[in-house]
Amino acid sequence: MTTALHIEGLRKTYPNGPEALRGVDLRVEAGDFFALLGPNGAGKSTAIGIVCSLVNKSGGRVSVFGHDLDRERAEVKRAIGLVPQEFNFNQFEPVEEILINQAGYYGVPRPQARERAERYLRQLDLWDKRRVMARQLSGGMKRRLMIARALVHRPRLLILDEPTAGVDIEIRRSMWHFMRALNREGVTIILTTHYLDEAETLCRNLGIINRGRVVEQAPVAEVLGRLHAEGFVLNLAEPLHAPPDLEDFEFHLADPYTLEVCVDRQHHLNALFVALDREGIQVRSMRNKQNRLEQLLLDLLSDGDAA
Amino acid sequence: MNHPYWIAYRTLVGKEVRRFSRIWVQTILPSAVTTALYFAIFGRLIGDRIGPMDGYAYIDFIVPGLILMGVITNAYANAVSSFYQAKFGHFVEELLVSPMPDWVVLAGYVSGAVARGLAVGAAVTAVALVFTEVHLYSLGVSLGILVLTAVLFGLAGFINAIYANSFDDISIIPTFVLTPLTYLGGVFYSIDLLGSPWRELSLGNPVLYMINAFRYGLLGVTDIPLWIAFGVVIAFILVLGAVALTLLHRGVGIKT
Repeated sequence: MTTALHIEGLRKTYPNGPEALRGVDLRVEAGDFFALLGPNGAGKSTAIGIVCSLVNKSGGRVSVFGHDLDRERAEVKRAIGLVPQEFNFNQFEPVEEILINQAGYYGVPRPQARERAERYLRQLDLWDKRRVMARQLSGGMKRRLMIARALVHRPRLLILDEPTAGVDIEIRRSMWHFMRALNREGVTIILTTHYLDEAETLCRNLGIINRGRVVEQAPVAEVLGRLHAEGFVLNLAEPLHAPPDLEDFEFHLADPYTLEVCVDRQHHLNALFVALDREGIQVRSMRNKQNRLEQLLLDLLSDGDAA
Repeated sequence: MNHPYWIAYRTLVGKEVRRFSRIWVQTILPSAVTTALYFAIFGRLIGDRIGPMDGYAYIDFIVPGLILMGVITNAYANAVSSFYQAKFGHFVEELLVSPMPDWVVLAGYVSGAVARGLAVGAAVTAVALVFTEVHLYSLGVSLGILVLTAVLFGLAGFINAIYANSFDDISIIPTFVLTPLTYLGGVFYSIDLLGSPWRELSLGNPVLYMINAFRYGLLGVTDIPLWIAFGVVIAFILVLGAVALTLLHRGVGIKT
């Protein structure tokens, strides 16, 4: 399988500042939908900045689809599309012009650049805004503009740094749909996000960075399989005025209609429902107390702290 | 030509030209208005009492300097403001992530600066025609020195923008360095009028060489031999070009 991104021993020390990356090793295969997770300040954006030539590295190697960043920088740049965390387009330029110019910087002839701009603006519901100055767009539209801009040169690797931060649920879902479709077309996607449900829903593999090092890299399913216990919140049909007898489970009656239960790996949900049924408790609905990936991330990060 | 770098260069230049054209009231008009005042006050009201200089009426003598002054200040202003705004608004990243080599980025910004310098030069020339007759002694020398001067100050403005960390930083050099150099570069007088040591000191001002070369192009008179004037300008371009490329390559001011 072709490797889309290969990072070896990547280091970054800012002048008079901390060591942001302390030997990052990461491999993302072509066609993957990969989540790069970690707390604020862990080094995710620095690593992305180096891969995208926005930050100078202090050491280590980066290659993209086999092209070495130091020796074949132009090839590496052609292969990558970046959607950064912060808005980084000229707010005083019309939307369509931003896309056409960006395509031009990659050497795409103007007529072709126009066609691509139209295609992506339509796909991302921005075509009606093509002549509007970028500053007049809403936050969600600006995020979508950056996605469209990152695609106009047809990159094989798309890096999205918190693309759905601050957008409403509807737009977030439509962006998920768009990203999935891109991935199906063969574009490798690396996503950083603080919405862990997003990573769990979209990504096949993940890497977790903490304090400048990759502390975990594995398939999402495998990582989730390591969860020791999962918390569930049950909404009850009838109020409970005293704690029930659910001897095999840890639980907490948050209020008469809400029961929080912890189910560890030795038990199945079926056993929980048998116990609930025995107590005559009717459950109207149920949800995860915490996103599963969030729980795992917290476990991993607290392990790192302890070490 | 469809080479990717040529397309990238054209895109960047087009963007720069559209930028200053869109805000022509801020970029082109002020120089035309200021020059009209210079011609009215120094050319007509005071100039008529000064008498001829180097064999030309005073108003005709100051035409080359005033045109070149517009070219210098606007070429500089375009490069410094445009590149600093790109840094300030982070959209310089659009260029940094693209495969454009550093020299194409530099050429694009400098060409934008030259375009604005020449546009303002044309506007000032049109204003001059309202007040007097504009002579043309040598088209080649005039155009050559105009373009080279705009390139030189485009490069200088670009380097200023690389180091600038605030909007104050992009106005300090034009106000405290560029304006005095231009005014003392022989726009309004011939250095033959100066005594020692002011005459010798003036020879250390690079703007003097440009104004004299352009004055030769329009009027056929100069205080400096033409080859020295062109040599000085080209030498400055080579040095500033090398400095700008080195700074871009290292990512000074634009990468962490």
